Amino acid sequence: MHIFGFILILIGIYGLITKNNIIKMIISLNVMEVGLNLFIVSTGYREGSLAPILTGENPSTVLDFVDPLPQALVLTSIVIGVGTTALGLAFARKIYQKHNTFNLMEVGVGE
Amino acid sequence: MRRIIALASLAVFFYLIATNLSLDTWESNLMDIEERDSIAFVRKSVREDRGEVVFGETENAETGSANMVSAIVVDYRSFDTLGEITVLFVSSLGVAFLLGGLKKRVRFKHQAGFVMKKGSDLVFGFILIFGVYMFIHGHLAPGGGFPGGAIIAAAFLLKFLADDKYKADMGAFKILEGTAGTLYVLTGGAGLLLGGYFLQNFLPSGTVGELFSSGIMPLVYIIVGLKVGCELTGIFNYFMKEEAGV
Repeated sequence: MHIFGFILILIGIYGLITKNNIIKMIISLNVMEVGLNLFIVSTGYREGSLAPILTGENPSTVLDFVDPLPQALVLTSIVIGVGTTALGLAFARKIYQKHNTFNLMEVGVGE
Repeated sequence: MRRIIALASLAVFFYLIATNLSLDTWESNLMDIEERDSIAFVRKSVREDRGEVVFGETENAETGSANMVSAIVVDYRSFDTLGEITVLFVSSLGVAFLLGGLKKRVRFKHQAGFVMKKGSDLVFGFILIFGVYMFIHGHLAPGGGFPGGAIIAAAFLLKFLADDKYKADMGAFKILEGTAGTLYVLTGGAGLLLGGYFLQNFLPSGTVGELFSSGIMPLVYIIVGLKVGCELTGIFNYFMKEEAGV
């Protein structure tokens, strides 16, 4: 599974370097973030282990659980991703208001 | 030209990661939980080893939480969560700073129909209740404060999208958000006074698996859920505004 996360990170970096459109850049950033989260979660995953929640069916802590620490870290990272995306989109709207384009190469040319 | 540079940098990046992590022979996926350091979080024995914890039977375990991930997020590493909601607060502050000057509500090209409007009114309350359920049961089931807050914000987003005259009262949201943030810090201070360090779980942790268990964790999750819900609703509200002249 970590291979898929890794491929998503590479796609995100490629998009971030090659695209001029600011919305596409934010989407690339999000693709990269999803890849990174998948990668971190996959470091804790082990086939056949249980989800790290005690329930009536899996009642004891001595059972074989998946590592909960990467999941907790990814929870933090998802929330911060939401914050950066919101701020990036606000910047994009502000740029569109001022320059009437999302393309970063055209910003500032006509002035 | 730019694509060639991009592909070259990707190749370098791939080479560095592939040689350092050696993806083919990555043993950690086969590693047992017993061999990892995280075993202390699973066994609830970070401070001291008190033996096996059984769902529904053990009383006063180290954290009374059945969900180990939320035990890490709001008990062992609660200070991280305080930093995390600060990041979210700062980003919503940034959105308010950038888009705060816009006053007029966005008009949609296609008006929502009768079914959409009435249906959203009908579903709105249920989505809110589901969000509240999510953060109250954060220490027992998957979910917690952040998904709960996001669901509450989604209910308001539905309102914003279904009716382009709808305006939420943002003043109340701001007061609630500020109060929730202050309460989180005060909870931490109470832990400092009563337990010895910041955000210490100073209440008795109760029986594992019951609703009223695991000390301050449900309180912290309620605070986090309200705060995240208010912040995300505020962000949606700013994105639903446009310039008056357009």
